[in-house]
Amino acid sequence: MSAARVGVVTFPGTLDDQDAARAVRLVGAQAVPLWHADHDLKGVDAVFLPGGFSYGDYLRCGAISRFAPLMDELVPAARAGLPVIGTCNGFQILCEAHLLPGALTRNASLHYVCRDQRVRIEQTATAWTNSFEQGQEIVLPIKHGEGRYVASEDTLAALEAGGHVVVRYAGGNPNGSLNDIAGIRNEAGNVVGLMPHPEHAVEELVGAPSTDGLGFFTSILKNLVNA
Amino acid sequence: MTDSVKRAAETPDEPMPFAELGMKQDEYDRVKEILGRRPTGSELAIYSVMWSEHCSYKSSKVHLKQFATKAPKSEALLVGMGENAGVVDIGDGWAATFKIESHNHPSYVEPHQGAATGVGGIVRDIMSMGARPIAVMDALRFGAADAVDTRRVLPGVVEGISSYGNCLGLPNIGGEVAFDPCYIGNPLVNALCVGLLRKDQIKLATAPGPGNKVVLFGASTGPDGIGGASVLASATFEDESQAKRPAVQVGDPFMEKLLIECCLELYAADVVVGIQDLGAAGVSCATTELAAKGTGGMKVDLNLVPLRDPSLRPEEILMSESQERMMAVVRPDDIPAFMAICEKWDVPATVIGEVTDTGRLVMTWDGETIVDIPPGTAADEGPVYERPFHEPAGQTALNADTPDRLERPTDLRETLLKLLASPNLASKEWVTSQYDRYVRSNTVLAQPADAGMVRISEVMAGAEPTTRGIALSTDGNGRYAKLDPYAGAQLALAEAYRNVAVTGAKPLAVTNCLNFGSPEDPEVMWQFAEAVRGLADACRALGVPVTGGNVSFYNQTGSTAIHPTPVVGVLGVIEDVAKRVPSGFVAEGLRVVLLGDTREEFGGSEWAHVAHHHLGGLPPQAVLEAEQALGTVLVEAARRGLLEGSHDLSDGGLAIALAESCLASGVGARVELSGDAFTDLFSESASRALVVVRPEAYDEFASLCGRHEVPCYGLGVTGGASLVVEGVFEVSVEELRETHSAALPALFG
Repeated sequence: MSAARVGVVTFPGTLDDQDAARAVRLVGAQAVPLWHADHDLKGVDAVFLPGGFSYGDYLRCGAISRFAPLMDELVPAARAGLPVIGTCNGFQILCEAHLLPGALTRNASLHYVCRDQRVRIEQTATAWTNSFEQGQEIVLPIKHGEGRYVASEDTLAALEAGGHVVVRYAGGNPNGSLNDIAGIRNEAGNVVGLMPHPEHAVEELVGAPSTDGLGFFTSILKNLVNA
Repeated sequence: MTDSVKRAAETPDEPMPFAELGMKQDEYDRVKEILGRRPTGSELAIYSVMWSEHCSYKSSKVHLKQFATKAPKSEALLVGMGENAGVVDIGDGWAATFKIESHNHPSYVEPHQGAATGVGGIVRDIMSMGARPIAVMDALRFGAADAVDTRRVLPGVVEGISSYGNCLGLPNIGGEVAFDPCYIGNPLVNALCVGLLRKDQIKLATAPGPGNKVVLFGASTGPDGIGGASVLASATFEDESQAKRPAVQVGDPFMEKLLIECCLELYAADVVVGIQDLGAAGVSCATTELAAKGTGGMKVDLNLVPLRDPSLRPEEILMSESQERMMAVVRPDDIPAFMAICEKWDVPATVIGEVTDTGRLVMTWDGETIVDIPPGTAADEGPVYERPFHEPAGQTALNADTPDRLERPTDLRETLLKLLASPNLASKEWVTSQYDRYVRSNTVLAQPADAGMVRISEVMAGAEPTTRGIALSTDGNGRYAKLDPYAGAQLALAEAYRNVAVTGAKPLAVTNCLNFGSPEDPEVMWQFAEAVRGLADACRALGVPVTGGNVSFYNQTGSTAIHPTPVVGVLGVIEDVAKRVPSGFVAEGLRVVLLGDTREEFGGSEWAHVAHHHLGGLPPQAVLEAEQALGTVLVEAARRGLLEGSHDLSDGGLAIALAESCLASGVGARVELSGDAFTDLFSESASRALVVVRPEAYDEFASLCGRHEVPCYGLGVTGGASLVVEGVFEVSVEELRETHSAALPALFG
């Protein structure tokens, strides 16, 4: 079987694209660079929207990226079931594009925060977390200034009732997110957004002192093989 | 009316505002002599900024040349001082370029933008060598931690570095944060950047080849920072500093990120003949330096410079310090390819002129010639001053006031906790957690490790893999340098050298940022001369050449100068990053070993500072042979896999090193001292390190130390949840952690 092809999107100001591509390669998949200005998903099997400061995060995080030509292709593909994950700025873009509900706002501390954060996997029925155990606690780095998840009471209730909260902060909420939410999924479970960075926790030598992020990447492979 | 060359010739006696631009009468006279007429306003703008202290090094040059004349032989040095940054051969076809630069004055006036643009500027220096920037670090010094103004300056500086550096996508892997009342009106913000390139891809700031095009690319030019170079960076702060606020530049890290990727693609496409970043003195500096180092001539149409503010006059365009701009020299045939790459990255680019062989830099405005000068006279032939210097009047008395008279503590446990909670020794996590240390996924070690370390593999697409990595540390101690600037500079180098060596990397090269008061004060000039002499001698002794750096003068408020503060950055290379040695007591059951001799040395120490607010006597001796031997042992032991963890001894001595080693991994230790407990624990003798080795590896390690004559003392063993010093005290790791981590949040929220 040929290697699964995971697209990694680069917007102007994207920073973690090469990191995500490396993580994709580490689990044996092929990383396919996707360029913001192209109307072309290059036939990939899944898409990773990496972190960074696309368009400088000017106006509002993710607000400009949402209008990139590539998003014209990505949004309908995601609605049709293409597995998509957004981390950090990628999560912000998914919310701005209304593929996920809610919004990410300024951290309650008003400071950017970079730290190794304990989180709990709350939902394994997604394309990106099926390698984990339900309730498993792992360590992933967070690094953001605007990661405070907010949504209306109704939306929050729906997220909780539907089991759509995928990752929750454990051992301290670093940014004031409502319900300690670190990551969520859409109804179908193919689209996941989270503030922590799995791609920075995939090698012993570098990044966070854990390789817990690998599960996100092995999940998508399992998903694609089973499909 | 435009002040053209023609008009200048016709109106030889028209008074020009050279004094307002910071130029002395004799300097102005020399400009007139060079040109054979009075300068036009635009020419005066160019000469005034290029001959400012900041750009010309006119007071420091005569001393700095020791870095070249005393330089040790080094096969690693590919590009030395005088370029945008030095370049060092790090093996396997790779080269590293690194440099540290000050942004002190702007960071006092406007902490956020001052510090942010400090990062931006040094990153562009590294880019202009043809390198991909891979990491940054910052050496920061502030006034007393509890001073009101520190609460304005520190959070602003940290936020500026955080917002700019994080948005740029460069990991911040280390640096320093220190406090002393002497920095209250003159915080030091020294930013370092390191980049990587293939050895055969070095770019230089040069404009050869008549007919080649001069391209200005990046951000458009606005009124920011006008006069910044000459007025802001080279004048003493007085009461009018608030009035200088508009002189601080404003950064756009998003544009800088695009510029990085754009430049790297331009280099890969081989469409750049020469390149220069626009920093201090903007277009003036870039055009004169490029022309002076190239074929010798250049013509520029200033009307073509893209402006953010269309009302700017040519003099202002020349002096503007708008950020995120670069200037490239490009063959005419390559212009379409060059422009296509810029367009891909949404980076505006404009041809504003071309290289000539006339030996003149000629600029026009509205069709009239407004500049016509030999570029070398502005770029390289600025004034050189042999400033008078003499030992400060109080120096002898300062050195005679030794810490011997200070009362020694009886409760050493309390002393340890008091030091650990003092702002200089407390955890800097409040600062460093605001920096992204993970981006690019190559960070092997970052703060609070002794040195930052980055692996080289996968830095650039297509480059062959290597196991190598580089390590970097910056260090400085203003109190030591105040007591003895010669020794203080050497101790700064020794500490940075040691910090690199404890990670297992071999120290290779040096960059420095020399922060001093006014060079017009002979006592300050003495401090400067001594520090440079000390650093140059120490570089020779340790075999590590200076590759470049920066001088920051006029760090004083009124007539009170800061402590002389040479900050030294050392870059080292490790052959296999997997063999890096982490900091601290990484596991239980390991032998705790102290390397190096401890003398009773408390001059300038943290203990004297915290317990007695005392500064006097002499700093610790800098024994460079011992430092080199220690470094050799650490690097060799790491290579052989003998070290499980290591940590250098510096501020606060063994006591602080033990505490930090416990904190690094939460493992305690039980140790025994052989001499006077206070001296053993708190003396700051240099050339020492604390390592942990597996019991079965101890004999091999001890014999390695013996062979290099490095004193080696087994102190005890790691384990448990406390730090126990037999017969002296016991402190739980938990109490150490609470004490260590509470101080800065309590001060800064």
